[in-house]
Amino acid sequence: MAKELWKGNEAIAEAAIKAGCRYFFGYPITPQNEIPEYMSLRLPQEGGVFLQAESEVAAINMVYGGAGSGARVMTSSSSPGISLKAEGISYIAGAELPCVIVNIVRGGPGLGGIQPAQSDYYQATKGGGHGDYRLIVIAPSSVQEAVDLTQEAFDMADQYRIPVMIMGDGMIGQMMEPVEFRPVAKRTLPEKTWATVGTAGKREPNIINSLFIDPQECENHNIKLFKKYDEITANETRVENYNVEGAEIVFVAYGTTARIVRNAINKLAEEGIKAGMIRPITLWPFPTEAIEAAANQASVKAFISVEMSMGQMIDDVKIASNGKKPVHFYGRTGGMIPTPAAIVEHAKKVLGGAK
Amino acid sequence: MFDERRIRIITGHYGSGKTEFAVNYTFGLAAAGFKTAIVDLDIVNPYFRSRQIEPLFEEKGIRVISSSIKGLSGDIPALSPEINTVFHDKSYQAVLDVGGDKVGATALGRYHESLDREPYDMLFVLNANRSFTQDLDGAINYIREIEHGSRQKVTALVNNTHLCGETTIDEIMKGQVLCEKVSDALGLPIKYVVAHKSLVPKLPQNLKGEVFPIDIYMKKPWE
Repeated sequence: MAKELWKGNEAIAEAAIKAGCRYFFGYPITPQNEIPEYMSLRLPQEGGVFLQAESEVAAINMVYGGAGSGARVMTSSSSPGISLKAEGISYIAGAELPCVIVNIVRGGPGLGGIQPAQSDYYQATKGGGHGDYRLIVIAPSSVQEAVDLTQEAFDMADQYRIPVMIMGDGMIGQMMEPVEFRPVAKRTLPEKTWATVGTAGKREPNIINSLFIDPQECENHNIKLFKKYDEITANETRVENYNVEGAEIVFVAYGTTARIVRNAINKLAEEGIKAGMIRPITLWPFPTEAIEAAANQASVKAFISVEMSMGQMIDDVKIASNGKKPVHFYGRTGGMIPTPAAIVEHAKKVLGGAK
Repeated sequence: MFDERRIRIITGHYGSGKTEFAVNYTFGLAAAGFKTAIVDLDIVNPYFRSRQIEPLFEEKGIRVISSSIKGLSGDIPALSPEINTVFHDKSYQAVLDVGGDKVGATALGRYHESLDREPYDMLFVLNANRSFTQDLDGAINYIREIEHGSRQKVTALVNNTHLCGETTIDEIMKGQVLCEKVSDALGLPIKYVVAHKSLVPKLPQNLKGEVFPIDIYMKKPWE
């Protein structure tokens, strides 16, 4: 297929439809409104259902129900709306249901603002909802990647029976880029024998639930979940290394910020400074090994975590580098976007101090 | 070039590059010595609106009229009373950048009484690489929806078929074929064929419509 020009949000919506998503439940919020708007037009054409719920809480519980029946279901929101969905997300994770949740992150806390941010990193990767659970969190850095990974997200969700979050900042959702819709690698997916689709009188009813009266049973369930999370960590961690070999300074950045850092790296190269980047594509599972490897690399003097937040991913970078190399931070927040020039300056300052 | 009526309305599918064209057009008007104002009527898109580069307009002496609520993060469809200036003060050459769908066009509809009093030009920016305007039916449908929402009539077409930095002459020509079909079907002239300055020398001669070279002002943060 030839390339077309797509806005990030609508591209994510179309990718979901191409992946077989036929049910969307949501509630509007900027800067992700093009997703529900697009779904409201396209899903009826595909014989699917678009439903604008009365609230985010209702929407995520509709996703819970749809996912329980084994359908491919999606919801989308932006930061404050994801906070409202947090309880439902925990339930879905607890009940081991596959679904895709899109968060097009805006400035926070509270209502914040509508400009792009990455300050929901903790919320996405460390919880948000209650209990010991994980989401697979995918952070595309281009509209093409958003399209490819959204399609794959549905397969991942089905393979592991886990909610998958696509986390893009507002820029990923709002910008226009050339895109090609292409098939993703086929996975062998397990049959959904657990789905509540009627017994036809031939088996015991399936029950979708996250309540455990017996604490031992609840602990067993947690242990089972964490075996699955280990498997996901082993199989699904995604990362891109850019110019890390021989680099003196290694940036860690994802999403829009990674695009800006790439530009900064090229500017640094023009000045004879060797810089590289580790770009987590999955924020959970976090690419700990790639950072550990860079920390063990003799050329590397320091890391700089660059984020559109006050510094959240930096914790994971520090854990991964395990004190072997200093970890610095540069960020803008509240909807402000770092400039390549500011990142270059910060790198020089760090290198000056690191010598 | 720039010989449209005093009030120029720029419409098109959001993401068609409508704002980029409007910005370049406005700069061109001002450079040609006209007293120029740009009205950002986009209440649909939260990002990449012409008001984003307000300082650049002001540097060139262009009056920018947008929301009555200042600040980039305005998510409120508040139209400023200042917008009426361009209808009343006829010393201005005005460019109205309208939000890119039937909902966005509704904001323009609010000014139909002023527009009924003075003939205008309404340019429809067509990008054949956008999902809903890739064929004749889609493009006509989109034009009709915008006309309905805005209560105004498109007077000419602008071929702005591109793929951001990956645009080729073939892409522009693909859009030209579609524009010619729309032009024949609706009886609308193709007024401009937009191309980045670097591509202009490679364009074929004798195109229907004037070649309109542009620079890129609506940049992404890493560009």
